[in-house]
Amino acid sequence: MDILIAGVGGQGTLLASRVLGKYALDNGFDCKLSEVHGMAQRGGSVITYVRISEKPEEKIYSPIIDEKGADIILAFEKLEALRYLHYLKDGGVVIYSSQEVMPMPVVTGAEKYPQGIENLLNGVEIDALELAVKAGNSKAANSVMMGALCKKLSLDKEKFLAALIACIPQKTIDMNKTAFELGYAAVK
Amino acid sequence: MKKLLLGDFAVARGAYEGGVKVATAYPGTPSTEITEELARYDDVYSEWSPNEKVAFEVALGSALKGARTIVSMKHVGLNVAADPLFTAVYSGVNAGLVVAVADDPSVFSSQNEQDTRLTAVSAKCPVIEPSDSQEAKDFTMLAFEISEKYDTPVILRLTTRVAHSQSLVELKDRAEIPNKPYEKNIAKYVMMPANAKKKHVVVEDRIKKLSADAEHFSINRVERGSEELGVICSGGVYEYVKEALPEASVLKLGMVYPLPYKMIEDFAKSVKRCIVAEELAPHLETLIKAHGIEVEGKNIFPLCGEFSANLIRECVLGQKNCGEIRQVPARPPVLCAGCPHRGVFYVLSKLKLNVLGDIGCYTLGAVTPLNAMDSVICMGASIGMAIGFDKAEDGAYKKTVAVIGDSTFIHSGITGLIDAVYNKARVTVIIVDNRTTGMTGHQNHPATGKTIKNEPTYPLCLEDVCKAVGVNRVSVVNLDDVNEVERVVKAELAAEEVSVIIARKPCVLLTKKLYNGFSVDPEKCRNCKMCLKIGCPAIISGEHGVSIDKSLCTECGLCRNICKFNAIEGEAK
Repeated sequence: MDILIAGVGGQGTLLASRVLGKYALDNGFDCKLSEVHGMAQRGGSVITYVRISEKPEEKIYSPIIDEKGADIILAFEKLEALRYLHYLKDGGVVIYSSQEVMPMPVVTGAEKYPQGIENLLNGVEIDALELAVKAGNSKAANSVMMGALCKKLSLDKEKFLAALIACIPQKTIDMNKTAFELGYAAVK
Repeated sequence: MKKLLLGDFAVARGAYEGGVKVATAYPGTPSTEITEELARYDDVYSEWSPNEKVAFEVALGSALKGARTIVSMKHVGLNVAADPLFTAVYSGVNAGLVVAVADDPSVFSSQNEQDTRLTAVSAKCPVIEPSDSQEAKDFTMLAFEISEKYDTPVILRLTTRVAHSQSLVELKDRAEIPNKPYEKNIAKYVMMPANAKKKHVVVEDRIKKLSADAEHFSINRVERGSEELGVICSGGVYEYVKEALPEASVLKLGMVYPLPYKMIEDFAKSVKRCIVAEELAPHLETLIKAHGIEVEGKNIFPLCGEFSANLIRECVLGQKNCGEIRQVPARPPVLCAGCPHRGVFYVLSKLKLNVLGDIGCYTLGAVTPLNAMDSVICMGASIGMAIGFDKAEDGAYKKTVAVIGDSTFIHSGITGLIDAVYNKARVTVIIVDNRTTGMTGHQNHPATGKTIKNEPTYPLCLEDVCKAVGVNRVSVVNLDDVNEVERVVKAELAAEEVSVIIARKPCVLLTKKLYNGFSVDPEKCRNCKMCLKIGCPAIISGEHGVSIDKSLCTECGLCRNICKFNAIEGEAK
C-alpha cells in the first residue's frame, strides 16, 4: 500500500508518516518511509512517501512512490493535494483537509488560489482544522487526518491509535486521541 | 530487535555498535542527523566542529591515537575537508576512520549537485555505498574494518534518499573495541616530500590490492536473473532497479571505488545487454569502459537529478507512466513568519544594494518579493566576494554588502574578514545572527555557549572576534526597529573602512510562545500593499484588501513598522 502525504512545511507530515511506519512495524509488515528535510521544509511544499507491504514476507524496494503509483494521497492542504494528484493510481483515493494555506505567489497577489479544487480531487474532504480546534489545538489537525485515514482504509483502530500514542509527547495524548476520534467519525 | 530507522540514524547506530569513540561534524543536510544521533550516546565523544576541515582533522587525530572515529558531512562539506582527506589517504589512519558523506541528487537542500565518488577517485580513497538503512548500519561497521585492514580512511557515501528514508534495521549490542596503540612514526605521519613520495606508492598499491580483494567482498554480489538484461548499480539506485526490472540480472556493487573488474567483466559477458544505472556522474561507467568492458550508461540515463523506478522503466524499457500535472501556483520555501532576517532584507531591498549572500536560511532573502541577494556560492563566500567587488570598481563599496549567518561566519567567514582588514578593503559585512544553525534544524555552534550535548561551554563573542582581527567599526543593531537598521546600514556603507553590523535576534522557531497575532483595521487600510513587500507568509492579499493569518503571525512587528497608515493593530513585542 503506497500512501503519499502532502502538505506545507511545518504542518506535521513527518509525524503522520512515522505513525504509519510504526503501525506497519507493529503488525509485521515491511515498510519504507521517505522524508524531506532542510531548505524544502521552510513553508514550502513537502511530500512524504509511505510504502507498506501487502504481506509480511513481501519486500519493499524503492522508498519513493512513482507517478500514478499512490493508493492514497493524504493531503494536509487542498492545493497540495492537487499539486501531487498525478501521483494517484487510477482508482486511488484522496483524503484531504479543507484547509487553505496561501503560497507566496498568492500572498503577493501575483496568482490566485485555484477555485473548485474539490471537484478535481473528487475525494474525502475533512475539516481537519476545525475538528482539531474542537479537540483542543489546531496543531492536532494531523491526528484528525490520521483518524480519517484509519477509517477510510478500515485499518485496526486500536492498533493504529497505539501507534499514534507511541509517536507523540505524553501530555498531548488525550487531545490527539480526541482529534483522532473526530477524524475517524468524520468519514462515513 | 528490529526498528524503523532513518538512514542517517542507522549510520549512527552502526558506528555505535562498531565501537566508535569519537564523532565529529559540521551540520549539513542530509548528513546532520548522523552526529545528532551519536550525541545521544554517553560512551561516544561527539562535537559540532566549526567547519568540516576541523571536523576531519579532529577525527584524523583521534584515529591516529587509536580510537575508532567517524566524521560526517554533506557533499560540499567534503570540499572544505578535502585538504586533510587527500593527505590522510597517504598517512593512513591506525584505528578505523569512516568519512560519512551525503550527496544530494535533485538538490533538495544544497548549492550544487556534485558527486562525491569523483572526489574519492582523485583522493584515492575507497568508497562504499549502502542502499537502505540496514545496509547503512552494516556498511558503517564494515567501513571500520576495511579502514583498519587497509590503513586508509573509508568514505561511506549516502544520498538524500538513503540518508532520509526509513527502513527496518536489526539492532545489536555495542562491541567494545580497545584503542589501538599509538606509535610515533615520522615516515608514516609526517608528510614532507621525502616521505610523501614514498607514501604515494603505498597508496597506489593499496588501491590495486583493494580492487583485487573486492572480487571477494560479499557486499559486491550478483543476483542472477534473465540473460537478456543485466544491470550494474549501487546505493539507492539498486532499489529502483529491483522494483522496475524484477526479471533482470543485477550486479550490486557495495564498494564503488575501487572496482572488482573481473567480477564486472564476467557479469557483462553473462548477459546480452549490460547497463550501468547510476545517478549523477558516469563514475562507474567511465571506470568500467576504461577497462575495456562494453556497457550502456549515460547514453540512456540523465546526468542530473535523482532516479526513480519510473525513470528506470522509461530509460531502459521505453515505458512511460506519468500522470497529468496540474498547473498550480508554486509553493517555494520562504523565510518564516516572524523571521528576524526579514527586516534586514527589506532594508537591503529598499536601498537597492548589491548583496553578496551566503549559505543558510537567509539565502531565502533572494526569493520574491524581497529579491535581496546577488550571489550565493559557498560557505563564507560573501565576505571574500564583497572584497572583490570593492577592488574591481572604485566606489562599488558604497552600494555593496556581504550578508552571512552566525554559524557560517564561524565556519569560514573569519578568514575573509581578516583579508578585508589586511588588504584595506572597504566592505560592510552584516552578520545575521539568529543564535543557532537554523537551516539544518537548530544545532549549537561556538557562539551559542552550548555543546552538541547542550552542556554549557565558553561562548564565542562575535563582536570580540571582529574587533580582534582589526575591525574598528563593529555595531549591534536592534532588529525591532527597521528604521534603525536602515540608518546603521547607510552609515556603515559610507565608511571608508571595514565595518561589521551584527543583526542579532534569536530564530523565531526557538521561541516556543503562543501569539495572539496582529490584525488589519479595514477602516485604516488603504490597500497600498506596502506590507506585501516584506514577503511574510502571514500577510495575505485578498479580494477585499490585505489580511493577516493569525495562526502564523508571531507579532514581530515588521509590517506594523512599515505601514504608513497605522492600519495594523496589536502590540509589537
